[in-house]
Amino acid sequence: MLSLDVEHRIGDFDLAYALDSRERVTGLFGPSGAGKSTLLRIVAGLITPRRGRIEIAGRCVFDSDRGIRVPAHRRRIGYVFQQARLFPHLNVARNLRYGAWFARARPAAARFDRVVDMLDIGALLDRRVAGLSGGEAQRVAIGRALLANPAMLLLDEPLASLDAARKAEVLPYIERLSRESEVPIVFVSHQLDEMLRLANRHVVALRDGRVVFSGESAAFLARPDLLGPEHARDAGTLLRAEIRGTAAHGLSALDCEGQPLFVPRLDQAPGGRVHLHVRARDVMLARSRPEDISALNVLAGRVDAIAQDGDQAVEVTLAIGNQRLAARITRYSAERLALAEGEPLYAVIKSLALAEQAWARLGGL
Amino acid sequence: MLDAAQAEILWLSLQVALTAVACSLPLALAAAWFLARSRRRGRMVLDALVHLPLVLPPVVTGYLLLVALGRNSPLGGWLDATFGLTFAFHWTGAALAGAVMGFPLMVRPIRLSLEAIDTRVEDAAATLGASPIWVRATVTLPLALPGIIAGMVLAFARALGEFGATITFAANIPGETRTLPLAIYSFIQVPGGEAQAAQLIAISVAVSLAALVASELIARRVKRLRGAG
Repeated sequence: MLSLDVEHRIGDFDLAYALDSRERVTGLFGPSGAGKSTLLRIVAGLITPRRGRIEIAGRCVFDSDRGIRVPAHRRRIGYVFQQARLFPHLNVARNLRYGAWFARARPAAARFDRVVDMLDIGALLDRRVAGLSGGEAQRVAIGRALLANPAMLLLDEPLASLDAARKAEVLPYIERLSRESEVPIVFVSHQLDEMLRLANRHVVALRDGRVVFSGESAAFLARPDLLGPEHARDAGTLLRAEIRGTAAHGLSALDCEGQPLFVPRLDQAPGGRVHLHVRARDVMLARSRPEDISALNVLAGRVDAIAQDGDQAVEVTLAIGNQRLAARITRYSAERLALAEGEPLYAVIKSLALAEQAWARLGGL
Repeated sequence: MLDAAQAEILWLSLQVALTAVACSLPLALAAAWFLARSRRRGRMVLDALVHLPLVLPPVVTGYLLLVALGRNSPLGGWLDATFGLTFAFHWTGAALAGAVMGFPLMVRPIRLSLEAIDTRVEDAAATLGASPIWVRATVTLPLALPGIIAGMVLAFARALGEFGATITFAANIPGETRTLPLAIYSFIQVPGGEAQAAQLIAISVAVSLAALVASELIARRVKRLRGAG
């Protein structure tokens, strides 16, 4: 969906981006100052890179060798900025309809209603922009970008300028968008959980103006070196599971490779599939199935690989059915258990360890 | 209430001032745009040039205009021959003098309002499909409107009150270039003309106040539309 290879220079800062994502939702991850917004501005055509090539949804919009440079207003990029950047002189409805003035094919009234419904902004249509809360403004900004009939949607940390409550208000809409909209999305965040929830397939990691990783999010999660000091502790696995139903005590029962899992309740119907982000350091290992233990989740598997990680730690990869689960334990523990590849082993995960973590619904992608 | 002579003076003054404002507005927009947005070298020079009428004695400005655009000057002769445009000793000359004198006053608020616009909103418009011209028309100009209105009012007031440059460049010809200030001055020069002058002064005050009130009303309406109030 997005393929590019560009070079640019801003002041003394050299930027070189190369990535190729075929997924509908691509996550762009990196610490502040890594050049995430610059990359988006280049994609949108607001910055012209020194050289390179950019292809959006199969259409070449920039190629310095062939002299192609499609200006920003013809790229059909829906850009949602950190701040909503609504037009202060227009009301909400006019903000939403702004892009339609310029779209070759005017979106049908039904589409307008659908977007307004999805974002829950029907009650705001006649309001002035100045009176909107941060969360409302951001939802209107998303609607405005969608209604311009974009070929691709760029979400540049749309939650970053919001406080926790507003964030919780807007996040479900963006989640819904990433599941339901047919438009390819690039979602930018420096928050790992946010990104995994929304872009659970393809992740592009940036650091100091370079792409240091571009590939599956599961592979990305296994690389603490790329996660950065802030998120190194979050290294782990994405475990696929299917929702079986709600269980007592505010839990949801899940099925993972034929084995039960319990997590704090998910608001999704049985049959839905989710990705659970399991931190490697939250996984305990046992030779035999532990009884009389508070942890609710015990997954039986086999040792797939054992890798030394520094002086003290060992990373053990378990095969659970067709999936892999990473566990990070001390070397001392590994020696005490006398782990060897191929042997049966049990992984113990506390339900609450999965509570605050990223989980992503898998829609009909 | 007004006699024929007074009505003529008022009408001529309004014609001169409005023409001055209307003709200088596009140029003022261009100059303000250049000063606010361009990073080119010529900015300082243009800035100085725009502000020159503000610091020069009006008589000097009027004289320079006469030298540049009088019938005997090459430029004035060419304009006369090509477009039939004469300025010296003609009401258009009074309008030009007013326009030149009001120009810095018009440019400044427009420039300030352009500088106050968040250009990131213009970027947003571009990503929504608006070409640069449409961005100007649908985002930049509406957002700069309060500044444009303020600039027009100031320039109108300045053109209405213009004296020195006008009398030097366009002279004081009744029915042609004798605007309110020139008429007031003329009456004061004549023994027993004080009563006439006082009436014209009253008219002058009324017109100026009306312009101020009108601009305030428009500004309020713009503000309300914007939802800032």
